[in-house]
Amino acid sequence: MPEILSLNNVTFSYTPEDQNSRNAVDNVSFAVEEGEWIAIVGHNGSGKSTIAKLMNGLLFPQQGDVRVLREPLCEENLWESRSLMGMVFQNPDNQFVGATVQDDVAFALENNGIPFEDMVKRVHDALEQVKMNQFLDHEPHHLSGGQKQRVAIAGALALKPKLLILDEATSMLDPQGRAEVLQTVQTLRAETGLTVLSITHDLEEAMLADRVLFMNDGKKFAEGTPAEIFALGDKLVEFGLDLPFALKLSKLLQKEGVPLMGQHMSEEELVNDLWTSNFNK
Amino acid sequence: MDIKLQQVSYAYAQGTPFEKRALFDVDFDIPSHTYQAIIGHTGSGKSTILQHFNALLRPTSGEVHIGDRLIVAGKKAKDLKAVRQKVGIVFQFPEHQLFEETVLKDIMFGPMNFGVSEEEAKARARQLVSLVGLPDNVLEKSPFDLSGGQMRRVAIAGVLAMDPEVIVLDEPTAGLDPRGQKEIMDMFYQLHQERHLTTILVTHSMEDAARYADNIVIMHEGKNVLSGTPRVIFKDVATLKNFRLEPPRIVRFQHKIEHMMGHPLSKVCLTEEELAAEIAQVLREERAES
Repeated sequence: MPEILSLNNVTFSYTPEDQNSRNAVDNVSFAVEEGEWIAIVGHNGSGKSTIAKLMNGLLFPQQGDVRVLREPLCEENLWESRSLMGMVFQNPDNQFVGATVQDDVAFALENNGIPFEDMVKRVHDALEQVKMNQFLDHEPHHLSGGQKQRVAIAGALALKPKLLILDEATSMLDPQGRAEVLQTVQTLRAETGLTVLSITHDLEEAMLADRVLFMNDGKKFAEGTPAEIFALGDKLVEFGLDLPFALKLSKLLQKEGVPLMGQHMSEEELVNDLWTSNFNK
Repeated sequence: MDIKLQQVSYAYAQGTPFEKRALFDVDFDIPSHTYQAIIGHTGSGKSTILQHFNALLRPTSGEVHIGDRLIVAGKKAKDLKAVRQKVGIVFQFPEHQLFEETVLKDIMFGPMNFGVSEEEAKARARQLVSLVGLPDNVLEKSPFDLSGGQMRRVAIAGVLAMDPEVIVLDEPTAGLDPRGQKEIMDMFYQLHQERHLTTILVTHSMEDAARYADNIVIMHEGKNVLSGTPRVIFKDVATLKNFRLEPPRIVRFQHKIEHMMGHPLSKVCLTEEELAAEIAQVLREERAES
């Protein structure tokens, strides 16, 4: 698989002159390959958002380099590189500029000098992909949080990015809004093979990814499939996260003396184990 | 301190072409020392109602009793300072309200505005900083040099420094990591018990409402439509669906277990710990029978 983006031994400090301060990102390396869904998880202050800013050149590392399509990111290729990455941020109310949904999606296209005819088609296509094409002339502030984030995703998609970056994009949404956005991303992936990088501390969101990077205090603590990462168990809690729901309940059941064959990641596995180990006897 | 809403309606931009009614004849009581959760779909009126609890908004009709103060529609209420001191609101993302040069000054700002002496305000700030889980050395730092989670704690300390009797929390953990969420919610619960506060939690998190609240009020399209203990509220899934709400994940999982067992458990379990204990109990009973 071709590499889209990589960080190579990247170190960044907000206060490089202060020897005693901790690096926000400390010698981190990873690569994102085409078609993957990667999740970066970690506690508040673990370096997740700094990584996002390093990826799109809002910050530059003091050591190491960031490569976009194998080219080191620098002042000269900054704008071109950014156009390959669509970003959706945390607060749905802070990223609207247009007076209507379709104006908003068109904004970045206009900035990039896309011809009008092409623009109309791209706006419609992008909104159709997130199932918001019924809302072309709606005012953004009348939409729900989940709908706003879907429009934000459409705005990113309209630029035909190589990579969609979700920076805590579901953390301010109600449970329905969160489910709506994640469903949209899953459908997009299934239909278009879009590459996704999501920065999150929602473990249920991370479980949808192909690969998870687990950050702690600026360092990459572990990298692996969701199952491998969640097998770290109490380390997750120690580093400010939580256990996935089914795993937490498996542990509590075993503590209560309920025999189980193992500890489970999914609700279905846990229910099945409870059935075979206990009730179906 | 009790808070009572009687037939409260509220319209934004009343008397203009943009008038929008947000509350319709809302009636409810919040008795002293209780922990209330207010839940409801986005746009149900939760945020509008919370601003009535310390008279930031006055009802367009009806009346609000806040302790012995009465706020009536159409009448200008004077000297609301005492009300604002007694009812502290922690807004969503309260760290956006930080402004002082140092953490110490920021926490002292509220109480000194309400006439507390400088020494007393300082003493409160020192005590609160450790209560909200921050090291003493943050007091002399600029709040803007702290991490997001730490800033949130400073802002919360600023509200607590006014020594309120009622504390209103609007999504207090939005954007925090799981440990931060748990620490903050546990801290509020401990304060609620130790200081005999009245606590009102406005939230999207059914899990927090289930775990901490004595009573839950559901808002839907500007009206309070249902009130009851968490066990009662989360029992009736069909009704919740009508209000576009889902029970907490633990309750949904309990339904799967009940489906597998073929009979219901003896109660609606509100936390993971409770459900694990309940399942263990059922298994012990079944084994004893066979």
